[in-house]
Amino acid sequence: MKNVHELKAKVKKLTEWSYVWHPIERGYNNRTLYVNVGTLEIKEKPVSQQMKEKFVGGKGFGLRLLWDATTPTTKWNDPENEIIISPGPIGGITQYSGAGKSLVVSLSPQTDSVMDSNVGGFFGPFMKFAGFDALEIQGKSDKDIIIYIDAINHKVEIFEDPGFSTDSHILGEELTEYFANDPKEAKNIGIVSSGAAADHSLIGMLNFTFWDVKRKKIRLKQAGRGGIGTVFRDKKIKAIVAKIDGVKPNLNNVADMEKITVPGRDYAKEMAEYDDIQNQMRKKGTANIVNVMSDYDLLPTHNFKFGSHKDAYKIHSDILRDKYFTQGINDGCWIGCAMQCAKGVDDFIPKTGPYKGQKVIVDGPEYETAAGLGSNLGIFDYDAIIEQNFYCDTYGICTITWGTIVAFLMDCYENGIINKEITGGLELNFGNIPAALELLHQCARGEGFGKIAGMGVRKIKQYLIENYNADPNFLNDIAMENKGLEYSQYVSKESLAQQGGYAMTNKGPQHDEAWLIFMDMVNNQIPTFENKADALHWFPMFRTWFGLQGLCKIVWNDIIPPDNKFEKEPHKIPKHVKNYLSVWEGVTGIPMTEEELIRQSERVYNFQRIFNIRRGYGLRKHDAQPYRAAGPVTVEEYESRAERYDGQLKELIGVDPVGKSTEEKIKILRKYREEQYEKLLDAVYERRGWNKNGVPTIEHLKKIGMDLPELIEVVAPLQ
Amino acid sequence: MQITLNNKIEVFPNETLTIKEILELKKFTYPKLIVKLNDVIIEKEDFESTFLKEGDNLIILHLLAGG
Repeated sequence: MKNVHELKAKVKKLTEWSYVWHPIERGYNNRTLYVNVGTLEIKEKPVSQQMKEKFVGGKGFGLRLLWDATTPTTKWNDPENEIIISPGPIGGITQYSGAGKSLVVSLSPQTDSVMDSNVGGFFGPFMKFAGFDALEIQGKSDKDIIIYIDAINHKVEIFEDPGFSTDSHILGEELTEYFANDPKEAKNIGIVSSGAAADHSLIGMLNFTFWDVKRKKIRLKQAGRGGIGTVFRDKKIKAIVAKIDGVKPNLNNVADMEKITVPGRDYAKEMAEYDDIQNQMRKKGTANIVNVMSDYDLLPTHNFKFGSHKDAYKIHSDILRDKYFTQGINDGCWIGCAMQCAKGVDDFIPKTGPYKGQKVIVDGPEYETAAGLGSNLGIFDYDAIIEQNFYCDTYGICTITWGTIVAFLMDCYENGIINKEITGGLELNFGNIPAALELLHQCARGEGFGKIAGMGVRKIKQYLIENYNADPNFLNDIAMENKGLEYSQYVSKESLAQQGGYAMTNKGPQHDEAWLIFMDMVNNQIPTFENKADALHWFPMFRTWFGLQGLCKIVWNDIIPPDNKFEKEPHKIPKHVKNYLSVWEGVTGIPMTEEELIRQSERVYNFQRIFNIRRGYGLRKHDAQPYRAAGPVTVEEYESRAERYDGQLKELIGVDPVGKSTEEKIKILRKYREEQYEKLLDAVYERRGWNKNGVPTIEHLKKIGMDLPELIEVVAPLQ
Repeated sequence: MQITLNNKIEVFPNETLTIKEILELKKFTYPKLIVKLNDVIIEKEDFESTFLKEGDNLIILHLLAGG
């Protein structure tokens, strides 16, 4: 860690802007903050009533502002591209769990289209308490800078970076010390930063800090997906800091506090009473499902070839609880959250890289990280998973993305598509821990094959086809990306609905829109196309709503009230849905129904779809999936589950597998599964009010109140 | 024994099985389950003592919709 006093002496302020602070009114400041890091212009913008009605907040605000700031041809590294951070109207309350989320929106270097990523930590709520519903950053600086939102003196300042460290775990500590006049003020500081790998890759992510009062340390939560950290560093932003004078009980000035506190207390009681016998989120975090996924053949291993492995017991979640995660400590990433799932590994000592031998705190591993940096790489060793987790975080790259990239490269290596000559000596076999770590360090240094890896799966695929005559058909089958974004860590082969839940997403295959595998594959609750289409309407819309409000989706369904079993639709956790209706009304004073909740999301969801179309994407062809997401690509995969697949040939297709070669059987099964997926697209598009090409119809836009002229202009030629 | 499990026919070699044994055979290890036998909810503490018979209709709903 650098000497902060010495840095202080070198600081050069580039600009300063003062504003008049007003209290939040029922969850809204009714203005956003615009910062241009190129021209150094700083100003506030009013939030119109229409903006609130149509876009609500969070992701909705981000999309609206980004649409207005860019043209259909704006590229991710153009000065016009923006990074928008917005928590939403409910964001920042402390009386209901999981209300500290922010949504980050930008044009992605990976997908060339709109990206959104949700994140916990203090910055979003603190920025809101400072007086703004969103932060909109545009322009490009020619030198590293720090943006400081000072909610105590009501100023926004831009400093030239005097030489702070780059990697987030140190930078966060340095900036906290720099801005806290007293150690007690550390809890009032929220920081956004990235890391060294974001400078050299397209997969950079953003770390949002939260101050861990008990540990007296900086913790990190990630806005991981789609390379927004790369945009951040391309703008030469080193960090954004917000400082407030403390969190008070009702900074949102809500309309009716009791409508929030009553369900909030009830929810906290459920967590206290039932978490231990349900998921153990407080003891294991989201990683509690590592072994569960393996038991149901859903844990990706070896680049999504298989859903379980004989060594999966070595990464059972009990091991995290008993050996790694510090227990009995408040691990909430926002104040007042009873879920407390942000588990951490204290005093971890990396064995490689620039922080080798130093004691560090590691946030996670969460489920996605354990699967992505573990089983999917054929690595069943928590020391190795946690070390990769630490470096991905501090270097500023997404663990989900990195896991799927390295899994793809290992698959290519084992198939002879790449070799030691191409990788610069790295033997990228599945399970090779030193090679996986070295690749990560190379990515952070912008060197060797690590730089190629940092391009992301889609661009690596093109690189291998163009430079090494790789078979494009095979690569397209095994490269787990859609729309240019890497898959998150679930095997979707046996759940048609989840195949749609992944590949029909607006931003690319992330599970935050829909996780339907149990409903579909295990429970058999949605057997028809109509059932699946209903699920692929309700769940993505419901889950989109969290991103409009500043809420965490995990809180909705990772604890189940005991009387839920008597509900007509228990999988929706209706009691918790009712809680959200009450919390919304409590904050804004506006009554809410489940129908209107879904409608709020539909407006933003369709806007995002049309945003993609405006940029030349968002059509049926862009919802195509790699075949490995749908079925067995190779003989090895088919034969590993031959009984299952042979049975499906007989029962579902009416083909006798006897006497057929595995290659023949793969071909027949593939034709069937690909037809099924096309039928699913038809059914879901119809349910969502879209035409056969995946374009929202004008009639549907009118129905949901989104027939805005700029949207009609985009979709009219495609009706 | 043939039963209907989650709306699909399942055949087990055993003459009878408890719900607990079915869960073990199917590797249904997830803790958040709703179990209904012939439309009657079965509580977790009764899994070991509830026996299935030929033709029963068993629903085992897994509640993780999250991810």
